[in-house]
Order: sequence, then structure tokens, then C-alpha cells
Amino acid sequence: MSPALPEGVERREFDGRERLATRGPPVYGEPTEGGWRVWDAGRSKLGAMLELGMDADLSGGDAVLYLGAASGTTVSHVADFCGPTYAVEFAPRPVRDLVGVAEDRGNLFPLLKDARRPETYAHVVESGLDAVVQDVATRGQARVATRNARFLREGGRLLAAIKARSEDVTADPEDVFDAVTAELSEAYEILETERLEPFHDDHLGVVARVR
Amino acid sequence: MTTDAWFAGVAPGDVDAAAERIREGAADAPDDWPARAVEAGFAADEEEYYAALREATVEAARTAAAERERADDRQLVHAVRAMDDAERTANELAERLSEWAGTLYPDAGAGVPYARDLAEGEPDGPVEERVVSLARRVADLADERDDLRAFIERRAPEVAPNLSEMAGPVLAARLISLAGGLDALAKKPSGTVQVLGAEDALFAHLAGRAPSPKHGVIFTHEYVRGTRPEDRGSAARAFAGKLTIAARVDRYGGEFRPEIHEELRERMEAIRARADAAGSDRDVSRGDGEGDNGRGNGDTGRGDGDADHGECDADAGERR
Repeated sequence: MSPALPEGVERREFDGRERLATRGPPVYGEPTEGGWRVWDAGRSKLGAMLELGMDADLSGGDAVLYLGAASGTTVSHVADFCGPTYAVEFAPRPVRDLVGVAEDRGNLFPLLKDARRPETYAHVVESGLDAVVQDVATRGQARVATRNARFLREGGRLLAAIKARSEDVTADPEDVFDAVTAELSEAYEILETERLEPFHDDHLGVVARVR
Repeated sequence: MTTDAWFAGVAPGDVDAAAERIREGAADAPDDWPARAVEAGFAADEEEYYAALREATVEAARTAAAERERADDRQLVHAVRAMDDAERTANELAERLSEWAGTLYPDAGAGVPYARDLAEGEPDGPVEERVVSLARRVADLADERDDLRAFIERRAPEVAPNLSEMAGPVLAARLISLAGGLDALAKKPSGTVQVLGAEDALFAHLAGRAPSPKHGVIFTHEYVRGTRPEDRGSAARAFAGKLTIAARVDRYGGEFRPEIHEELRERMEAIRARADAAGSDRDVSRGDGEGDNGRGNGDTGRGDGDADHGECDADAGERR
């Protein structure tokens, strides 16, 4: 029995298939029905984590810091069912799209900042957040998560998709994941890990609780 | 500390000032900013705080992204990519055109020059109309490529004077494009700059299937291509090392530095003198078809400690 989906996320039928969906204005041409829009696990690592039955333990209305928001595909779904959602992205081109997504959503705050340097946005992002969601394709993913632990409340969650190829293109992904989870363990208690195949190759989904 | 907060010293409703603070401010640690803002009288309640925060973050992200996208090196990146697209498309269409023209005219030629000839002609009948019209598009595309090249040759020396002097404006623009910007190029180790553009060969090497590439796109430069194959690895390494320095001077200083160009010239002379010393006087002015994936058994640049392969970002294309 897989854990309950967060409030505001449902499995609904689209064209005869059960798919994850949230309620909100459409963003990237995804199928919609009755105000619900499909959350495509193949395009979203957090979507894949939920689809695979990982216990993200998000609740409707949670305050979230999203690192690596890119064009806002996934973060738009997060903002659909969470409360204040801070979206950090480093590259200017996707931020142009992210701003468009934020304009349709009152609780989404876009930030053109480097997730490796939280001091450049700690004057904006509030403390005591319920969750940090991380999907950054950069080397040092564990370090990014560790540095951003300062934003979490006691018991706050890290939901990370670790990309093996960003750390080392030639190493065996399992070795990379071992090294990353070991480093993560300094700041977080790891609750669950799972490979995100078949949705995303060489990615590890991690659910952890801040120490 | 509330003095760090993005709303500190900002009048409620002043979106521009708030956006400026969001872009430029910093704090060591976060705080319960919504509560602090209400205490400080910046907002009446949380709801009002989040509305102000949203307005300010959207404005800050929009203006900051626009400024960075408009930056001169980003424009150069788009120009060089557009030039390559225009050239590739012109050649592709010219090929199609010469196939088609061959069915109509016994003396049909090939390539863009033939398309230009055809474009001058007066079509007779509906079939020729299409052929001549296609020829005109090819000629226009080739003109656009030439104009883009002229733009790059004018603009690259303004954006990166040292890099453009050393590599030539077009190669300078290509290096900036491959790295993802002048800033990114300036942060790359020279071993990475040496193989920019040879990513396929590099990853084949890292996976253990091939020898290490000696050079990437810098192969197009006379310093590399014009050096005999057995010295090309050394030439590429020396060239990449100075290009890296040039990119850093352009990024962090900006002034023209004649001495680095002189040093490179001397180094290249020394490398090429090896050919004379060896008495091998064969023609080295032409490439030997290695393309951007050198596979010679000469100097592969290994063991010199300057090839930080790991830094070559496999994600460079994906993040943009």
C-alpha cells in the first residue's frame, strides 16, 4: 500500500489512464480536465517520486523552498497544493518562463539566485520551512542540500532528486549515490531512497529529515 | 536580524526599491520574515506580506533575467549559433536545389555559388518558378550568414578583446558559446577549454573507449591546425592555456594585454621549431582529416596535470 498522496494531489483519469494531477492554471500544454491538470512523472522528478510511491510527507499548505526550479514545470504543481513556495533558479533563460508561471500563482516567489549560495537569498526566504525540494544538475548536490538545511524547521523534509551524471559522468551511478547519501547523512537523516527509473535514468530520489 | 531583511528600509508599495533589495541583499541566516515584517509595520498581516513579496520577487526575477540575457556575451552566443544554423541550412537547401535543378538543366552545378547563379535567372513556367525561388532563399540565407559573421567580427573584440585577438573573433565567439558565456568560460580550467567542442570524443575517452582528444574547436585555428600532427597536442595545450588567461583578463579586467599575445607567439615558435630540429620538413599547413577528434599517437596532453576532465560540464546544454 503506497502512502497517501499530499492533499491537493490526486490520481485522476485522463484518456483512460490514471495519472497524478493538481488543480491550477495550465503551464506547459499539459492535459487538463475540470480544473485538474496532469502532473507528468516523465517530466518531473518530484512527480516521479510520488508516482513511485515514495512518502514525500507533504501536506497541503506547506511552506516550500524549491531549488533548481528551471522553467517552473514541477514548481507550478508544488505551488498548486502547497503554501508559500520559493523557487530558486540560476539560469536567466528559464527564469523568463518561471516568471510567467509565477504571474498566475499568488504563492510562488521566483528568485534568480545560485542555490549553492543560500546567503544571497536568506534575506528573502523565510525560516522554518516544511520542505526543501531539490533538483539541481550541478556537481556537489549533497553540499547544496546541506547548505540549504538552514531554512528548514525542526523535522523539516528534504525531497531531492540526485543526478548521478552531474557528479561524475563515468562513475557507476550506484557509487555516486552512495557517496552523495553519505555526505547528506551529516545534515539529514535519510528516510527513503529509490531509483527514479523508468521515468528518469540515473537519478536517485531521496527523502530525508533534517537533523 | 531584521536589518538584513529584503523589506528593511523599503517603503510599503515601492516595488522597484524592494526588487533592488531582493537582487542585491544578503543575510547569513533566514528569519521568520513574515512575522518580522508585520512587527516592523511593513505589512498589516501575512497575506499582505506575501502579496508584496510576490510582486517584488516577480519584478526582481524579471529584470535580473532580462539584464543577464541582454548582456553582450549572450548576444554573441546567439549570433554565432544563428550563423552556424544559417550556414548549415543554406548548404542543405543548396543540395536539394542542385538535385532538382539537375533534372531541368544538363549543366546544373552544386552548392551555394550555383544557387546564387540560379537566383539571378528569369524563370520560365511554374516548375522553374519554384526552383528559382528556392535558389533565392538559399542566396538570402547565405547573405544572412555573411552578415552575422560581420556582426560577430565587429562585436567580439568589444566583448572580449584579448580572446578575440588571440583566437580570432569567430573562434572567440564559438568558445564563449560552447562554455555558455564569457563568465563560464573564464571559470573553466584550460584542459577543458582545450577540448571544448570535442565532447563526444572526450566522453568516449572517459568511458575508456578512446584516447584522449587533443583539441576541440580550437583545431580550427592556425596555431593548432598548422602545426605538424606530432606537435599538435603541445600546440593545443599551450594555445588553450593562453586562451584561458585571455578569457579571464576579458572577464575580470577588460583591458588589452599585449604581453600575453607575445608570450603565446614565442611559445608557438618554440613548438614549431621542433619540426625544424627534427629535420622533418613536410607540409604541415593542412589538417590531416582528424577533425575535432585527434587520434594521433603524438602528445595527447596526458599526465601534465592540466586536464581537469571532470569540469567539462555534461549538462551545459541541458541547463539552458
